[in-house]
Amino acid sequence: MASTNHNRPIVDRPILDIRNLHVSVGDNEILRGMDLSVSLGEVHAIMGPNGSGKSTFTNVVAGRPGYTIARGDVIYEGESILGLFPDERARKGIFLAMQYPVELPGIRNREFLRTALEALREARGETKLSVREFNKMLEEKAKAMDFDPDLMKRNVNEGFSGGEKKRNEILQMSVLDPKLALLDETDSGLDIDALQVVAKGVNEFRGPDKAIILVTHYQRILNYIKPDYVHVLIDGRIVRSGGSGLAQELEAQGYEWLREPAEESAESVGATARPS
Amino acid sequence: MTQPKVISRTSTQEEIASDYKWGFITDIEADTAPKGLNEDVVRMISAKKGEPEWMTAWRLKAYRYWISEDYKEPRWAKVSFPPIDYQDIHYYSAPKKKEKGPESLDEVDPELVAAFNKLGIPLAEQKALTGVAVDAVFDSVSVATTYQKQLEDLGIIFGPISEAIQKHPELVKKYLGSVVPYSDNFYATLNSAVFSDGTFAYVPPGVRCPVELMTYFRMNSEGTGQFERTLIIADKGSYVSYLEGCTAPMRKTHQLHAAVVELIALEDAEIKYSTLQNWYPGDKDGNGGVYNFVTKRGKAAGKNSKISWTQVETGSAITWKYPSVILQGDNSVGEFYSVALCNNHQQADTGTKMIHMGKNTRSTIIAKGISAGQGQNTYRGLVKIMPTATNARNFTRCDSLLIGSKCGAHTVPYIEVRNPTAHMEHEATTSKVSDDQLFYLMQRGIKEEDAQYMIINGFCKGVFAELPFEFAMEASQLLRVSLEGTVG
Repeated sequence: MASTNHNRPIVDRPILDIRNLHVSVGDNEILRGMDLSVSLGEVHAIMGPNGSGKSTFTNVVAGRPGYTIARGDVIYEGESILGLFPDERARKGIFLAMQYPVELPGIRNREFLRTALEALREARGETKLSVREFNKMLEEKAKAMDFDPDLMKRNVNEGFSGGEKKRNEILQMSVLDPKLALLDETDSGLDIDALQVVAKGVNEFRGPDKAIILVTHYQRILNYIKPDYVHVLIDGRIVRSGGSGLAQELEAQGYEWLREPAEESAESVGATARPS
Repeated sequence: MTQPKVISRTSTQEEIASDYKWGFITDIEADTAPKGLNEDVVRMISAKKGEPEWMTAWRLKAYRYWISEDYKEPRWAKVSFPPIDYQDIHYYSAPKKKEKGPESLDEVDPELVAAFNKLGIPLAEQKALTGVAVDAVFDSVSVATTYQKQLEDLGIIFGPISEAIQKHPELVKKYLGSVVPYSDNFYATLNSAVFSDGTFAYVPPGVRCPVELMTYFRMNSEGTGQFERTLIIADKGSYVSYLEGCTAPMRKTHQLHAAVVELIALEDAEIKYSTLQNWYPGDKDGNGGVYNFVTKRGKAAGKNSKISWTQVETGSAITWKYPSVILQGDNSVGEFYSVALCNNHQQADTGTKMIHMGKNTRSTIIAKGISAGQGQNTYRGLVKIMPTATNARNFTRCDSLLIGSKCGAHTVPYIEVRNPTAHMEHEATTSKVSDDQLFYLMQRGIKEEDAQYMIINGFCKGVFAELPFEFAMEASQLLRVSLEGTVG
């Protein structure tokens, strides 16, 4: 695994540290002691079957209401962020590409992005972009992603195809330039062309001052975005972590063999990846 | 008469004013009729204006109708308020002025100009550049009309209706009461008897009015009713866009506003009428505020004529108002675009009537209701297709947005079709600001209050788009101020 970590910064303090996180929705405990540590420069893939808690994890990090944190903590840049509102987390550099981007009637994509970017730039102590500067930047980013410029004039996600919505998420990521990007099943429902465009956007975003967490059900997107780490989330816990080879293994064998307690399964199948 | 005596105490008033930023009171010596209404008061108002006899007679006819025994306030609207004591209202209040009326802005009481400036009202000359000609009505009297000269050159008449009664009696006689007869309803009748000023506009044949005409209404004196009368006539092939804005200072008692607006569009003419209504809505507990009981109606009289109403109603304790169009001419068009907001204890029962008489007449109704706090918002609309209206079409869309759980939204559409060739479409939705939408915006770094406001603004967009640009910006601002504290 060390060979894939060439982007690792010298100061190795994780940007995101998930510690023994227990999360419920109503009476239903979804995350049951999840641990994860992500540093700048890294791309982590979190894989798991449906209902394993992948979306819950990304939503909790982004601060979506409706979840009860029973135990544990989410540490971002050395501080707990559990008491922060979603917009405060966003202004600290957390971005979530949503699995189901909502439609916003009457709010134009361009205006929406500009308002968001202004809020973020203000928080970062950066000067306001002029409309012209913003438009120019947006045009370049959109072009790089084969994003139909007409979609910028339309209301956010209204009447967008599934692929357009996902592309819009990645474009927003690129424009808003967060430090930590969480991608919640951005690959699901995409045809191969759209998948490649999305992957290209993510790869361009990738860098030594960025951390990316890709949440996915399928190995397919990992052919285009090569992760530094792969984690398997089952029943609300990370049961296995490894390098990108783990993804192929999962593709071949499915998730069932990991359902037993981690120690036993590790012996019985002779896993090639060790927890990092 | 002496110079007006001005004692400025506006700053103190502003401190009390709290949320309502238009809540200052201007201290101008006013010429006010004693409280109460009788024939003498009607005659006095008429005399103050130096009106011709026919006008006095018309007022008296209305007054006598108004006091007839069975004549009552309409009570079918979904609003509730204690009985109004009509004898406890001043029916006339005018700022005292120098012996001669003001002939230019320089002659207008500087305190008045300051008050209008404070309101952000484009009374000053520089506003000409932005293309707005303003007729400002303070309490009940027009104080200054800007750019009259430029308009005169085009043959456009724009100014106080009191002046039009003197200078253009033939036009006033012909059209006053032709769309809203004096016997139309309780408030319209009252208005016909006591109206003290308002705006008159006439656009001659073939003239496209190059500027937006605007009237700014402000109620100032305590215990005063405001009864303006607006009459706009677009002659054959002409076009005019007219804007009106309204504010009132904060008062502990309710103030009555019973205006009448009549529009007449002749053949191939078009009138676009936009309103930003921001009368004082009362405080958070429902004390004070304006009763806005207004009758507005237009007659698309000629072939291919068009009348379009756009209203943004954010103020008033109670709004009772149905800007309507009688589609008389063949191929005539009627439009109604509305945003009505009810916050705290505000009540609104508003909508429109589209009466189709001519062939191939078309009407569009887009009504957006926003309810917050304990506000009660009712859309009430009538679409009537008369037997003569072959191939008439109507499209109606009513959307309601609820903020919080104590408010209410109600939709009461009436549809009467007496011609089988009619096409009618009606859509209605009720929604809440969704948590998913809020989260999406906030996740991108936008604060909750801004996010709420973006969603609400998005909801109103279709209506704001119908407003002239500057007005649209102001409308959007108004909405935000009116909702402050409710969202977030």
